[in-house]
Amino acid sequence: MSAELFSLFYQFADVFAFLILSAAGLAIVFGMMGVINMAHGEFIMCGAYVTVGLVNLGVPLVIAQILAALTAGLIGVAVEFLIVRRFYKRPLDSLLATWGLSLIVTQSMLLIVGSAVRGIGTPEGSFAIGGYTFSSYRLVLFGCAVAVLAGLYIVFMKTRFGVIARATMQNAAMAKALGARTGRIYAISFGIGTGLAGLCGALYAPTMTLIPTMGATFVVESFVTVVIGGANVLLGTAPAAVFLAVIRMTLNASYGQIIGQIGMLFAVILIIRVLPEGLSSVLVRRGR
Amino acid sequence: MNSGRMLGMAVLSAVLGATALCAAQAAEPLKVGLLEDVSGDLAFMGMPKLHGSQLAVEEINKSGGILGRQIELIHLDPQGDNARYQEFGRRLLNRDKVDVLIGGITSASREALRPIVDRTSTPYIYTNQYEGGVCDASMISMGAVPEQQFSTLIPWMVEKFGKKVYVIAADYNFGQISAEWNRKIMKDLGGEVVGEEFIPLGVSQFAQTIQNIQKAKPDWLLTINVGAAQDSFFEQAAAANLNLPMGSSIKVMLGFEHKRFKPPALNNMHATANWFEEIDTPEANDFKMRWHAKFPDELYINDMGYNAYNALYMYKTLVEKAKSTKLDDLRKVIATGDACIDAPEGKVCIDPKSQHTSHRMRLISVGPKHEVTVEKDYGTIQPYWLGQIGCDLTKKNDKDQYTPSHLPSKS
Repeated sequence: MSAELFSLFYQFADVFAFLILSAAGLAIVFGMMGVINMAHGEFIMCGAYVTVGLVNLGVPLVIAQILAALTAGLIGVAVEFLIVRRFYKRPLDSLLATWGLSLIVTQSMLLIVGSAVRGIGTPEGSFAIGGYTFSSYRLVLFGCAVAVLAGLYIVFMKTRFGVIARATMQNAAMAKALGARTGRIYAISFGIGTGLAGLCGALYAPTMTLIPTMGATFVVESFVTVVIGGANVLLGTAPAAVFLAVIRMTLNASYGQIIGQIGMLFAVILIIRVLPEGLSSVLVRRGR
Repeated sequence: MNSGRMLGMAVLSAVLGATALCAAQAAEPLKVGLLEDVSGDLAFMGMPKLHGSQLAVEEINKSGGILGRQIELIHLDPQGDNARYQEFGRRLLNRDKVDVLIGGITSASREALRPIVDRTSTPYIYTNQYEGGVCDASMISMGAVPEQQFSTLIPWMVEKFGKKVYVIAADYNFGQISAEWNRKIMKDLGGEVVGEEFIPLGVSQFAQTIQNIQKAKPDWLLTINVGAAQDSFFEQAAAANLNLPMGSSIKVMLGFEHKRFKPPALNNMHATANWFEEIDTPEANDFKMRWHAKFPDELYINDMGYNAYNALYMYKTLVEKAKSTKLDDLRKVIATGDACIDAPEGKVCIDPKSQHTSHRMRLISVGPKHEVTVEKDYGTIQPYWLGQIGCDLTKKNDKDQYTPSHLPSKS
C-alpha cells in the first residue's frame, strides 16, 4: 500500500516539476512585462545544449547546469536589449519578433550543430519500493522546482529589487517617475526568465534526446500553466501547476498518456471559460 | 567601354545558350523528386535519407546515368509537416513534372502523399520499413515489412524471454497498425499482451509509463515509439532501472539510439533489420566506405538512408530493363519478377504481386556497451503477406492499405 502511495506522490512530483520548471521562465517574462516570449522553448534548448557541451568538455554536471542557466540568462539580457526592448508598446509584434527569433535559432542550431547530439546519460541512482523502481534524479528535479518557486518568492517579495520590480509591473510610468530604472528592471527580469528556461533545459538535458526542436516538447505545458495561473504569476503559477499535475497524473495512471494529455488540455479550456483571469484572480480576491 | 562589355556579354550568352541547347538535345536529364525531412523533429533520420539519395545519384551520374541520361535530383524539405508533404508533392508532380517521386518518412506522410500520386501516372518509391499492407500500383516499397520484421522478431522474443509483452507505441497509423500486428502474432503464439500504451507524438516524459509497465510485469517490451521526444523513454527507463528486454522494428538500425544515448540505455534491445551499419560483409564495408568518404560527419548510416540509396539503383534497373520511364512499362518489368539489384545486403527483388521488396533479414541485439551483435540470420524473406491475403497488383489495383483486421473483401 505504501508503495502505491509513494508511487502516486512520485508521479505527482514528476509532472509538477516538469510544469513548474518549464513554465517559470515564461511566467516571469509574461507577468513582469506582458511579453509573450515565443522563443521560450529555444532558451530551454540553449540550456540543454550548453549543459551537454560542457559535460562533454569534462565539466561536472552540476556546474555545467549552473553555467548553462547563466548563459541562457545572459543571452536573454542581450535579446532584451537588441530586440524585445523595441516592442514594449507593441505586444503583438513582440510575439512575432520572438517567434521569428525561435525559427532562426532552431534552424541555425540544425545547420551548425547537426540534427542530433549524443546524450550524456542521467546521473546514476535508483531505488526500489515495493515492486516499483524509481530514478533518484526525478526527485532532484522536484527539489529544484520547489527551490525555483522559493527563490522567486524571496527575490520578488523580500528584496529591494523585488519591490521595485513589482512596482514596475503594477505601474511602470509611476515607478519611473519615482526614480526606478524600469529599463534595467525589464532587462534583468527578462534575463531571469530566460535563465530559468535555460535551467529547465539544463536539468532535463540528461534525461532526453537533444535535437534543435526539443524546446517544443516543453512549450505547450509551459503556456497552459501560465495561462491557468493568470496575470499574477507570483501567486498563480504554483497552484496552476498543482492543479494540472493532479489531473494529468490521475488520468495518466488510469487511462494512459493520450487521455492524460487530452484531459489536461480540456481542464485548461474549462478554467479559462470559468475564470478568464486565471487561478491567481481568485487568490488575489481572497487576499483582499 | 560600356557597349564593349554589352557586346561581350551578348556573345558569351549566345555561346552558353548554344552549348545548353546541344546538351539538351543529347539527353534531357531524368528528374527525380525527393521529399525528405532535413529539418523539424525527424531531421536526424531524414538527413541520412537525403545523403543516401545524393550518393546514389552521384555514382549513377558518374557511370553514365540512366539510359545515357543524367539524373537531376530535386529535393524539397517538408519539415515533418504532412500538409507540406502534399503541397510539395503536388509541386514536384505537376510543376516540375518529375519522372519519379521518392521519399516520405512517417507512414502518415506516405498516406498523405499516396492519393496525390495516385491521380498521376508517376511512380512513387517509399524507402522506409513500415507497418506494411499498402496495395497500390503507383507505389514501390523498398523497406522491410511486418512479415520480415515482426514474424521473425516476436517469436524469437517469446521463446527467449517469455510470453508476456507490454507495448509502447507512437499514436498514429504506424504505431497502431504495428501494435495490431503484434496482437495477431502473439495470439498465434499463445502469448499475452499485458499492456498497450499509445503515446502522442512529442511526449517526452515517461515516469508514469515506466510504473505502468512495472505494474503489468511483462517479460519483455515492444518499443515502437517514434521521434526524438519519445526516444527519451530509453534514458528514463534506464535511470529508473527498469531493466527489461526490448524488441522493436525501428530501433537501432533506424533511429541509431545506441549511438545517440549513453550506454547502457539501449542494453538488451533486439531488432530485425535488412540493414544496420554494423553489417560486416565485403559489399557492406565497401558501401560504408564510399558513404563515409562523401559524408564524413554521418553519425550512422541508418536503414532508411540505405534503402533510399538502393531505391535509385532499383529505379535505374527498372528503367533500363523497360527502356522507358513510364509507370506501366516499369510495372511490366516488375511483373516478370526480374526486378532485382545487387544491394550491399545481397540480392533484393521486387515482388510482382505487392511491389514490395525481398530482404535478407538479421536479428541483432545491443549489449551493455551498446555493441551490436547478430543473433540470427534468416536469409532472404519475401514480402509474402499481401500476396497471401489476395492483393495482386498484376491483376487489380486496390489503392488500399490492408491490416490484419482490414483484409480485402472476397469477391
